[in-house]
Amino acid sequence: MRHEVRFSGFGGQGIILSAVILGRAAVMYDGNYAVQTQVYGPEARGGASMSAVIIDDEPILYPKVTDPDIFVIMSQEGYEKYGVHARKDAMMVLDSSLVQSRPGCRYVEIPATREAKQTLGRDIVANIIMLGALVKVTRVVREEAIEKAILDSVPKGTESLNLKAMKLGFELAEKGKIQ
Amino acid sequence: MQGNTACAEGALAAGCRFFGGYPITPSTEVAEHMAAKLPKIGGVFIQMEDEIAGIASVIGASWTGARAMTATSGPGFSLMMENIGFAVMTETPCVLVNIQRGGPSTGQPTMSAQADMLQCRFGSHGDYSIIALSPASVQEMFELTVHAFNLADRFRVPTFLMADEIIGHMRERIEIPDSVPREERKPLTKGTPPFRADEDMIPGFPQFGKGYGVHVTGLTHDERGYPCATSPSLHEDLVKRLVEKVESARHEIADYRVTNPDAEVVFITYGSPARTVAQVLHDNPDKRIGHLRFRVVWPFPEKALDEFPDAKVFLVPEQNLGQMAREIERHTCIPVVPLPRFGGALHTPAELEKAMEAWR
Repeated sequence: MRHEVRFSGFGGQGIILSAVILGRAAVMYDGNYAVQTQVYGPEARGGASMSAVIIDDEPILYPKVTDPDIFVIMSQEGYEKYGVHARKDAMMVLDSSLVQSRPGCRYVEIPATREAKQTLGRDIVANIIMLGALVKVTRVVREEAIEKAILDSVPKGTESLNLKAMKLGFELAEKGKIQ
Repeated sequence: MQGNTACAEGALAAGCRFFGGYPITPSTEVAEHMAAKLPKIGGVFIQMEDEIAGIASVIGASWTGARAMTATSGPGFSLMMENIGFAVMTETPCVLVNIQRGGPSTGQPTMSAQADMLQCRFGSHGDYSIIALSPASVQEMFELTVHAFNLADRFRVPTFLMADEIIGHMRERIEIPDSVPREERKPLTKGTPPFRADEDMIPGFPQFGKGYGVHVTGLTHDERGYPCATSPSLHEDLVKRLVEKVESARHEIADYRVTNPDAEVVFITYGSPARTVAQVLHDNPDKRIGHLRFRVVWPFPEKALDEFPDAKVFLVPEQNLGQMAREIERHTCIPVVPLPRFGGALHTPAELEKAMEAWR
């Protein structure tokens, strides 16, 4: 079953890394196929950033996301550029501390950036909170798979911080209502 | 794994031990990976002052016997053109990776293109021939980089990996083999002049440090390597050999994939548009729609077109205004329809299905 996941936010939030981690979880730990691609400008930090992952149990031919069924949105500009046309039956996980708009599709509000700052003291892990929430809500990869992929991908010395962020994401998603 | 990383891994597996270049988006990860890995295995990574120096260092390294490479994109590729001609004239094996981005000039650094396909074939001055490969997956970024080193060493010619940003930056599943095929340079026999070609039109390569004194020059030279730039016949013989040693082997170098040879409507691709066509064929199981995918683009293997005897049209989706379509047109009587899509986006399956329907 093909899933198309689109991540969007601004450069510096780890939008591309989030997609890399999700793709890695799907391939290395769930035994599926995945393709990760991205769009980013030369300005990088601060500009709108988009990355995408396709996950399938069959080899993936066309590598670009055309009609995502899952969105992770971490900035208002990212929403306007990449989230606003989400199809009705899509699921959107949005960082409610940074995105003001609400989509026409199903969505869950995750105050990831606020929680990263207040609860964990580091807003840099907001993307990992979002990843945790995404996995809890959509089950697009297994929880064990995303945990291993996060551990593979984060800098040495930050493992426990990132695992806390992932678990906080699980909790926020359990508490959050699907609207 | 990312395509660019897979390229670097392929180079390392092929025994590449020298990288000289200058980082440029979207090829930088190739250099980064080589910088991290080469020093640990006794290799050399050197960031030169620009791409002109980058390719110059690669040519020098190759003459010491090392497998050497560089990686770049549009603007850097343009800077390399003069020394690419030097590598051709001096018959220096080397691998150049171009992760193509939007041009002309600095254009679109982070967006995909395939608009340097003619530049890699004709960009340096004078008549010459080169080899160019085009990967359509992360797996092929690895495999075709290995293959590029073997072809470069065998034919003593600059060999290009002409990828595009989509394949270079894409991450997907890859399987890395325990070992890879390796073809060595033919050694020069003692007492033979260093630029005397054998029957295959390729001279043996003098081994560095084994007592050969070799003069390597971009000037027209005789068998000894001595400049002799005013003899019409010497120049003609040399340039003809440089072209013929590659072109006469083009059907042996040829590497392509055929799907549905009985097809009437045939897509011809290389690089990332191949992925769209694969999707179209998957979604429309119909023997009347075919696909010819080139893994080697230059020298152009025109006989591949004969694989589709019933074809009534060749549709050529490229991320440029129709560069290879023009080459294909030269070799066939049936209509060749360029399907350009550039600005960074990849053709969508819907778009190609629409183009195809017009011919059914």
